[in-house]
Amino acid sequence: MNNNAFEPKIVAFLCNWCAYTGADLAGTSRIQYPPNVRIIRVMCSGSVDPTYVLKPLLDGVDGVLIGGCHPGDCHYQSGNYKARRRIIALKQILKSAGFDDDRVWLRWISASEGGRFAETVTKMTEFLKEKGPNPMRREWAV
Amino acid sequence: MKTVIPVENGDTLVAVRGFLKRLLEAGVVDAVLVPMETPAGAVTPALVSDSRLLDAANPLAPVMGLNAARVVGPVSIREPRGKIAAVLRPCELRALVELVKLKQASLDDMVTIGVDCLGTYDVPVYEVMRADDGVDVAAYLASAQSGELAPQDGYAFRDACQMCEKPHVSALSSGERLGGVEAVVTLELFGADLSAGIPVTLPDELAEKLGLTDPSPGPSPARRREIIEKVIAARTQVRDARFAEMDRRLEQEGIEGVFAACVRCHNCMTVCPICYCKTCLFKSPTFDHEPLQYMNWAHRKGAYRLPADTMLFHLTRLNHIVLSCVGCGMCTSACPAELPVGRVFRTIGQQVQAVFDYVPGGNVEEPLPLITFREDEWMEVGEE
Repeated sequence: MNNNAFEPKIVAFLCNWCAYTGADLAGTSRIQYPPNVRIIRVMCSGSVDPTYVLKPLLDGVDGVLIGGCHPGDCHYQSGNYKARRRIIALKQILKSAGFDDDRVWLRWISASEGGRFAETVTKMTEFLKEKGPNPMRREWAV
Repeated sequence: MKTVIPVENGDTLVAVRGFLKRLLEAGVVDAVLVPMETPAGAVTPALVSDSRLLDAANPLAPVMGLNAARVVGPVSIREPRGKIAAVLRPCELRALVELVKLKQASLDDMVTIGVDCLGTYDVPVYEVMRADDGVDVAAYLASAQSGELAPQDGYAFRDACQMCEKPHVSALSSGERLGGVEAVVTLELFGADLSAGIPVTLPDELAEKLGLTDPSPGPSPARRREIIEKVIAARTQVRDARFAEMDRRLEQEGIEGVFAACVRCHNCMTVCPICYCKTCLFKSPTFDHEPLQYMNWAHRKGAYRLPADTMLFHLTRLNHIVLSCVGCGMCTSACPAELPVGRVFRTIGQQVQAVFDYVPGGNVEEPLPLITFREDEWMEVGEE
């Protein structure tokens, strides 16, 4: 493998009840996925303030993944529905302000979907490799 | 009902003061929240309980030093409270509606008095105008009748006013909708000869208490509509040109280009009627980084802009409040670097508000977009 190949960095905010447990299952099931993701466990996808998505993006991380329970399955009833609206607003603001909005992914991953978690990280890593590094990594003025 | 506040000797302001005094004297309210003129001529809102002091009230002064929704919040937020009448401009009424939804203000026990807005000056501009040329109040008020809202020669209205397409009020009780922001009492300046009388719409019960029982249609609703549409058309043209220009800038320079000179003083946040958090993240020690952390960033990027986290501040504020941004432009007025903060927020705000089909400051019953949801919307999001 080419040592100089671009390896994207992904920060993932995973909800405690579904997506994080799904990631855990991927591990215990020995499912292979790229090591490009840094996981932060949160109690609910609805608890992810846009600031936490923006800070790593402005510092140059290549992608941010927010993982929550499938619609209807939120441990707190409606956190993921609210996350959906919040992320839609965030992506529109990023786009309007001149940033790439496709570096932010929201995905529903249940506690039993270890395979879907691995697949999501694989797809996101490939997508970001194709897309290239986040220009903010070299942009000193943000 | 619709009636007219009679104006004697062409003095519109005295008539408005008389109307406000009657509210106090008839016991309709305990106090009136209204812009007051200091003896030296500066204008600031005050909560007035003594009707004699209303001789200094001047809600028609063409100056805006703050969005008064900010001060309505604290005097209305919880019981026990007084019954007040608040005299507000359309952008203040719209901000108040958003604050009510954010549970930072209450419309209970309050008589909102909405006044059509003919445009306002920034405080420093107004001060120069008062000192050098004097404020031509008669010409200013006359512009309501023609709809030719022009600033006094040699001066400019506030940036936000130049592109304001919602300068009018609509009476809650009238059922007649021109898309204006609603108030209990509305002083309808557009289309009227204000040297003769001030058209007002108010609930019948209130009119009776104030002795305004002579129903008078004032200028025809068609005339008012015509003038308002004319103003909206002119303002919308300016607005759209600015939206297009700002869109271009954001695409070419990015937000870091537009806000390059920001000193992160937080003035925009302080004057913003919507930004109410008492424990704002950006006033917390969260962003007091360790000295070596700055070095890490400098090494990683080659250079690191200081003050740090400036774009994070603006982007976070956009995320937190842009859906409720009413475009009052106090952020632009307060910016020491004279950055187009309000234009950025309005340009981006319009795009985000369109996604949620939400009009800030409109209907107080309509929930804020980020606290509500439908199960069957954006079903494809998250599923790929």
